[in-house]
Formats: sequence, structure tokens, C-alpha cells
Amino acid sequence: MSETYIKVDHLSKLYRLGVAEAMHDSLGGAIGAALKAPFKNFRKLQGLSDFKDKDDESVLWALRDVSFEVREGEVLGVVGKNGAGKSTLLKLLSRISLPSSGSIEISGRVVSLLEVGTGFHKELSGRENIYMNGTILGMTRKEIDRKFDEIVAFSGVERFIDTPVKRYSSGMQVRLAFSVAAHLEPEIMIIDEVLAVGDADFQKRCLGKMKDVSQQGRTVLFVSHNMQAVQSLCTRCIMMENGRLVMDGGTDEVINYYLSKQMTGGSMRVYETPTDAPGNQQIRLQRAIVYKNSSTPSDGQLLYVNDELVFEFAFWNYSPGVHANLSLVLNTVKGEVIFNVVTDDKPIGEGLHVARFQIPANLLNDNVYSIDLYFIKNLKETICLIENAVSFEVHDAPREKAWYGKWIGAVRPKFETTFEKESD
Amino acid sequence: MITKINPRKGWHFFTVEDFKELLQYKDLLYMLVGREISVLYKQTVFGFAWAIFRPLVQMVIFTFIFGKLVNMQSMIGTDVPYAVFSFTALVPWTYFAVALNSSTGSLIGNQQFFTKVYFPRMIIPITPIISKLLDFAIAFIILLVMLFAYGIVPNYQIVFLPLLVLLMMMTALGMSLWLSALAIQYRDVSQFMQFFAQLLMYAAPVIWPITLVPQGYRFVYGFYPMAGVIEGFRASLIGQSAMPWDMIGAGFITATILMITGVLYFRSRENVFADVV
Repeated sequence: MSETYIKVDHLSKLYRLGVAEAMHDSLGGAIGAALKAPFKNFRKLQGLSDFKDKDDESVLWALRDVSFEVREGEVLGVVGKNGAGKSTLLKLLSRISLPSSGSIEISGRVVSLLEVGTGFHKELSGRENIYMNGTILGMTRKEIDRKFDEIVAFSGVERFIDTPVKRYSSGMQVRLAFSVAAHLEPEIMIIDEVLAVGDADFQKRCLGKMKDVSQQGRTVLFVSHNMQAVQSLCTRCIMMENGRLVMDGGTDEVINYYLSKQMTGGSMRVYETPTDAPGNQQIRLQRAIVYKNSSTPSDGQLLYVNDELVFEFAFWNYSPGVHANLSLVLNTVKGEVIFNVVTDDKPIGEGLHVARFQIPANLLNDNVYSIDLYFIKNLKETICLIENAVSFEVHDAPREKAWYGKWIGAVRPKFETTFEKESD
Repeated sequence: MITKINPRKGWHFFTVEDFKELLQYKDLLYMLVGREISVLYKQTVFGFAWAIFRPLVQMVIFTFIFGKLVNMQSMIGTDVPYAVFSFTALVPWTYFAVALNSSTGSLIGNQQFFTKVYFPRMIIPITPIISKLLDFAIAFIILLVMLFAYGIVPNYQIVFLPLLVLLMMMTALGMSLWLSALAIQYRDVSQFMQFFAQLLMYAAPVIWPITLVPQGYRFVYGFYPMAGVIEGFRASLIGQSAMPWDMIGAGFITATILMITGVLYFRSRENVFADVV
């Protein structure tokens, strides 16, 4: 068998964005626009696939001049924020969409899994869907016949195999779909965030299956936001940012760089001069630091759910003799408020002050957080609000034996629990 | 196997490689056709009876309006009952209309496939062209029963029927390749189809006899392939007229042109389907 590889050479992809429509405030303007609308709409729709004017404001470079190579047996992780171009890259590699310029050369049979269960139809039975999904992924019916029992056994839905899929739980549907995909025998596998679904036990089996695949010398391209999955699977990583490839290297190196870039501003911010610092005429921030286990600044370190954290805020107060307190609001990256903690209220003079908030271990769930700080005068008047004073990410602690399914809940406390035999 | 992925511009022809690839995916086509057939009548009370109702109800309406009220019967010029006259045309017509309509909308309705996985896109519009043949076959059996009931015996010309079925499939596919590829980017096509299908029906000799078209114009009229298909059906099944070979020949010319240009257009557009949905 000849060597399998992927060669991506100066790959670029353009997309057309929607542009805000002009508004008309007169009847005449509106009528005129309505008459011209078909022509305008036509140009707009045509523009979806036509890029004569590449500098137009509505043109987005989803990928720009990306080059890399993947060799046989390599498991390449692709990391990057949403919108960085990961999905576009996978779409081009899977031939769903064609590049605007540049080229890709792939040697070997490719199977891409951008979604589990493509082609599933709810009215069809599990059996029919296995064939449907398998053929759409490029298998022949003979190949499916051969692997049918294995697929069914892996999915664990034997009893329901002749029941319409609409009667399945969503977890069962995912299990069945992944089983089909896992039993394809491609030389190159392209996988997008498909592990985000299914229960922990099944995820573990999928991960095991994917490891098998890579150990058999097959090439895998893996996109995920789950850094632990990337870390445990990939031998090499590339990082995408705004459509460009910004880093190509060892998994740990790329992941650490990505995590440090992900937090805007980071978990340690020190302002040398008050003029640069956030605040106003009354209050200015001097530093905002998240400490890991009370003493180590967390900058450049991973914070885990079982780490004790200390938030430290130092600020300059410019107004003499005020009664003030600090109110800290902890938000997730999506903007949900997790909690609001306030300090005691006390008279403070001019000068530098420091406030510390101690957060016990096993409270915060794994997530990306940012802190808003309110400075409150006389317990009622906000004299200064500093949004996103500091931000940080809490990671899931490496768990023994269990797999890393997302732990649900706003917080993840570890309360006293008992569990014992009561009687026979 | 080495795959090269490059930007594609301009016209793209259907090569031998493309055909080989299409063959490689023939199991997918079987599956999609099977899926369409088995899903269509699931959770319906009447099931496959629906395949018969549509042309049957249309026949009853047409027989009442055109057979009784308008007295089209006198224009037919023969003693063939209007019900038989119209149903013979409605069986191929219903296939054509239904296949064209669902094939035209097929890309829009199956976006979840081609935005997630690669396979020859042409399989999607081809699927309804094949799957609707089942409805056609069922309706055709009813037609035979009806002919038998009226004591009409088809003559030897019935051997040409497969040729007419081929012509009707080619026409539906050729038009669908154009329309489905257009519809995915310009949804106006779906609006347009609503009255376009009606227009096509009145333009075909479904409710009126071909005798309304002067003999000298028949060949030119035959460039509308469904005219030849319908007249051919009447000639072979009712057996009171000769096969209109001039019209069928003209129809094949149109259908072939539609197919070739349709494939060309489809192939040239398919690379942007996933980008324009």
C-alpha cells in the first residue's frame, strides 16, 4: 500500500457575508427600492458564489493561505476559537466545498465525520438507518453486510434494531450513528467535535476506538474544543486564528499557547501607570491577579476545578474619606452570573488598597470566567464599575478511570455525602 | 488513490471518471430510492393507495368538466370514453409532474446531506426520478384494469412503451438538473414551479386531443417531449392511432439537449452548492 498523506498548499476560501440593507424613510424611496429590489437581490444571490470584487466589505476570508502536511499515522489536532476557520478547513478537506485558491492533495481513502448520523431518517428502523448512513459515508452494501453485527453490538441497541429511530432516545441515536462511522475502514479520518455527544461511557469507547484507528497507522484529523481529548489523542496540533494557521507543533506546546491566547487579557493584569488602568477619577485598578492555591500567580498555569483560587485586586482610591466596599460578580464566558460576593464596607482613605477573595476548591465548574468589579459607596452608590477586570479558565481535573464528559451544573461543589448499607 | 482538490471555475464536463464515481455510489442511490419509497407512505392510513388517488381524482374531475360540461368528447373524434382518454394521459403526466417537482426541490430538501458529507451530488436529483416510477407503475396497473373494464385491447404498439417511459424520465431529469441547481441558489424557482407545472400540463395534450394541433405543426409541437409521450401512450394502449414517431423523435432531440446541458450546468454549479444554501 502506498503511503497516505494530506498536503495542503496555500489554501484560501472566501465567503460572502450578509450586508445590512439600506432603510428608506420616504414612500418614494421605498417604492424606488422595491422596484430595484429584484436586481439587487439577484446580484446579492449571485454574489454568494461569485467573487469578482475580493476587497468588498462583505467578503470574508474564512481561510487564508493555509499550508501544512499530515503524514501517515499522524493524529493531527486542529484547535482554535469559533470562527477561526477550523470547520471551513474540514469542509474543504472533505470535499463538501471547494477552495477559492490553493490546493489539497490527499492520498488514501478519506472518511469525514462532520456530524454523526448524516442521512438518518426518523421513520426508518435502526437497521435501515445503518445501511443509509453507511452508504452515504461511502461504504458499499456488501461492506455493511459484513460488519453489520459488529456495528449493532458496538452501539448496544440490539433490541431496538427494527424499531423506527424516532422511538430511540437521542443518546441511542448518537450511539448507533457513531458505531457506523467507527466501523468504516478509512485510511484517513476527519473528525469534527462529534464526541461532544453521548454519555461518558460511550465517549470512552469512542475514544478507545479512535485510538485503535490511529494505532493501526491510519491518519486522523481531529477538531475539538475539548483540550483533554486533543491532548490524549493527538500527536501534533495546528492552531487556527482568523482563517490563518498561526502555529504548528507538538500538542502540549500548541494547547498551552492556545489556552493562554484564549483569555483576553489573561488571569494576571498589572498596570504600571494609573493612566493605562481601567477605572475613573475616583478609582483605578492597579492589578488584578488570580492565584492558584493561594500563592502562585496562575499566569501560564492551568487552573483545575480542585484548585483553591484567590482573586486579588489592588486599586488606587483618589477620593478622601469614603465608606466603600467591593462587589465581585463572576460571569461565565457566555454571560451567566455564577455568584456575587461582597467585601465588608469600611472607610478608606486615599492611596493603594487591596482586596482578596478566597474561592474554595471544588466550587467552580470547568468553564471560562470573567470578573466584573463594582466599587460601592455607602452601600448604595456604584462609584466605579470595571468590567472584565480579570478572566481565567478552570479546567476539568484529570479524572481517574472515569472519562471526561462535561460535568453539568453552574457550579461543581463537593459536599459531604454518605453512602452505606442500611439493612439486609 | 490520490485525490486532488483544486478551485474550479467555468464549465465542468461530465468525464469518464465522474461516471465511474457515480457507479461507485450506486448503492447510495439504491438506498436513497428505497428510503424515499418506504418513507413516503409511512404513517398514512391509505398507504400506496395515494399513488392511485391523485390521477384517479383528476380523471374524475376532468371527465366531469371536460367530458360532460365542455363536451370535449365530441372533439376526440372517436368512441373512446373521455375517462379512458384522459386517464391514459394522466398516468405519464402525473409521474412527470411529481418527479419534476420533487427533483427540483430535492437539493433544498437534502441540504443536510451535501453540507456534511461528500458524494456525487447528482445522485440527489436522480433519486426522485427513479423512486416515483413506483407510483407510476401502480397507476399504470390501474390503467390496464380500466382498459380491460372498458373492453379496450392494446395493440402491438405497446412494445414501444418502454421507449416512451425512457423519454419521459429523460425529460424530467434534464429539466430537474437545471431547476434543482438553480433552486438551491435562487429560491424563486420554487415559486415559479407552482404555476410552471400547470402551464406545462395545459400545454400538453392531457385534457384535449392532439387533433386540435394541425397536422403540419405536429412535428414542431413534438419538440415538447411530453406531447409525444402522451400521444404515444394513447397510440400504444388505446390503439386507435398510429405511433406519432415524428413527435417522439423531436421529443428525444429536446430531451437529449436538456440532459446534456442539464448535466453541464449541474456539474458547473455543484461546487458552490454547500456555499450558497
